[in-house]
Amino acid sequence: MNTLVYIDHFKGEALPASWEAVWVGKTLGKVTGLVFGSGLEALTKTAFEYGVDEILLADDASLADYRAEVYASTLKQIFADRGCDMLLFPTTSRGRELAAMAAIDLNTGVLVDAIALEASGDKLIVTRPIYSGKVLAKVTCALKPQIVTLRGRAFPKPAPQPGKSGPVTKVAAGAGALTAVEGYATAEGVISLTDANVIVSGGRGLSENPSLQPPAGLDAKQTEVWRAQQGFGMLKEMAGVLGGAVGASRAAVDSGFVPYAMQVGQTGKLVSPNVYFACGISGAIQHLAGMRSSKLIIAINKDPEAPIFKVARYGVVGDLFQIIPALTAAFKKRLGK
Amino acid sequence: MKLVACVKTTPDTTATVKVENGKATWGDAPLVINPWDEYAVEAALQLKEANGGTVTAISVGGEDARIALKHALAMGADDALLISDPALAAVDPQAVARILTAAIQKLGGVDLAFFGRQAIDDDSGTTPAQTARLLGWAALTLVSVIKVDGGSLRVERAIEEGRQIVTAKLPAVISLVKDIGEPRYPSFIGIRKASKAEIPTWSLSQVGIPVPSAVVEQLALMDAPVREVVCELVTGGNPQEIAEHLADKILGEKLL
Repeated sequence: MNTLVYIDHFKGEALPASWEAVWVGKTLGKVTGLVFGSGLEALTKTAFEYGVDEILLADDASLADYRAEVYASTLKQIFADRGCDMLLFPTTSRGRELAAMAAIDLNTGVLVDAIALEASGDKLIVTRPIYSGKVLAKVTCALKPQIVTLRGRAFPKPAPQPGKSGPVTKVAAGAGALTAVEGYATAEGVISLTDANVIVSGGRGLSENPSLQPPAGLDAKQTEVWRAQQGFGMLKEMAGVLGGAVGASRAAVDSGFVPYAMQVGQTGKLVSPNVYFACGISGAIQHLAGMRSSKLIIAINKDPEAPIFKVARYGVVGDLFQIIPALTAAFKKRLGK
Repeated sequence: MKLVACVKTTPDTTATVKVENGKATWGDAPLVINPWDEYAVEAALQLKEANGGTVTAISVGGEDARIALKHALAMGADDALLISDPALAAVDPQAVARILTAAIQKLGGVDLAFFGRQAIDDDSGTTPAQTARLLGWAALTLVSVIKVDGGSLRVERAIEEGRQIVTAKLPAVISLVKDIGEPRYPSFIGIRKASKAEIPTWSLSQVGIPVPSAVVEQLALMDAPVREVVCELVTGGNPQEIAEHLADKILGEKLL
C-alpha cells in the first residue's frame, strides 16, 4: 500500500492529529509525508521522527499561508506524477477542506472523520460518527485513491524516535490561487479545545455565585455577565493547574458569557479529552453529543437529577463555587504546583 | 448582488437518533432547517440588506427539503428552489455538491453561494469546499465576518489557531460559523408568506446534469455504543474534604 499522509501544520508547528494520521498510515505500510509551506526544515525533521518514511516537500513562498486552492493544486500535481493508493488527512479545518477538494480533483470520494478503520481486500472500511456521534456509520469508497480524514485523538500518536531521518524530495507548488491572506488574529496562549488533554467546561450556572459583590453601575444583564466572568475565571485557574482548556455549554455562550469559540456540543466543538469537567452543566443532548467520547467525565452540579450524571464517572452534588476552588487547591498540592 | 443560500432539512438537535432496521430514526422529533444553514441564510440576508440584491434558497432532497426552504423564506429569502428527483434517493454529499454546482451555474450570475459549515445529520462538512472546487470559485470556509467592497471580499475564517483574514474576488463560496451573528427569527408576516409560497421544483434533467453516482457506499449503521458508566458520587463533610477525595480519585485514573 502506497500511502500519502498530509502533515497539517500552522507556521511549521504540526497539529498532533497529523502524527496520529502517520500512525494509521504505518499500520498500512510505507508512509510518504506531504509537507506544504515555506521554511519547513524543522517540521520535516520532526515528521521523520514520528515515523514518516519519506517526505514530499513543497516549500515555496506562495505556500507560506494555507490557501485551499493552491494547496489542492499542489496535491493534484503530486498525484498526477506519482499516484497513490491511499491519501490520509487529519480531520482539521485544513485537512477536511483539502480532502474534500482532492476527492473532486482526483475523481474519487472522501470518507470524513474516521474513528476506526478495517481492511477488506484492498479497500478500507471506515467507521465514522454521524448525527453528532449518536449513530456510527460504516462506509467505504470503491474508487481509488481512497481518501480518508481521521478524527483527532481517535488513534494513537506514535512515540517519536529522535534522530530518525529519511529522504526529502522537493515538489513544485501548485497554481490557481483565488485568495490572498492578509494576516491572522491569533488567540494567544490558548490551548485548542480539540487538542486538549483536559477540558474544564462551565454552563449557565457559572453566573449564580451569591457571594460575589458586583461593581456598582452595571445593569442586570451586565451584572450577570460580570458574575459569569468571575465564574469562568475560576474554571480557567483550575484548567491552568491541569494544563487544560476551558469550554462552555451552548447556554453559557448564548447568554453572552463567553465567546462561541469555547462552545462544546453539537453546534460547537466536538472534543474527546482524557478528562472532562462539566461544571454547572445540566447535560442537554446537544452538549453530550460534543463531549461523550471523553475518557473520564466528572460532573459538578447542584441538581442531583441533572442528566450529566448519567454519563459521568464521578459526580459531586453541591455548590461549584465552593468545590472548584477547593479542587484547584487539592490539585495544586498533589501536582506540586 | 445575486446571493444563494444552500440549505438542508435535518432532525432537530434535541432529537434522540436511533438505528432501526438499518436506518437512522428520530421518533417524532421535528424536522428543521439544519441549524448551521440558518447562519448561511442570515449572512446572505445581511449582505442583501447592506448591498441590495436577492437571496435564493436552494435545497436538494425530497418533500422534507421544503421545511428548510420555507424557513429560509420566512426569514426573508426572496425565493426558493427545490431540486428533487426520484433518482436522488441514494445521493451522498459529493453528489449534492455536483447538483448544487449545476443549479448555481444554471441560475447564472450568482455572486456568492452561502452554506452552513456542515449538516448535523451527515456531519461531512465537505459540500461547501467541493462546490467551490467544481465551480472554480474561491472556497471561503468557516467564515465568521464578511465584508464586501465592490467586487472584492474580505472575510475572517475561524481556524484552530484563531482567525485567518482572507481576501478574494467575487464570485465565491462561503461557509459560515456561528460568530456571524444570531439568525433572525421568522416574522409573522414572513411565516405567512412562506406558507403560501409556491416553491418551484427542478428535476435533474431540468438542472441539466445526469444523475451523479454516489461515491461513498454506506455499508451499515449502528447505534453509538452506550457508555457503561455508573456515576460514583463523591461526598465528604465539607467542600475541602470532597475536593480531596475527588482529586485522589481523578489522579488514580492516571489520565492526567
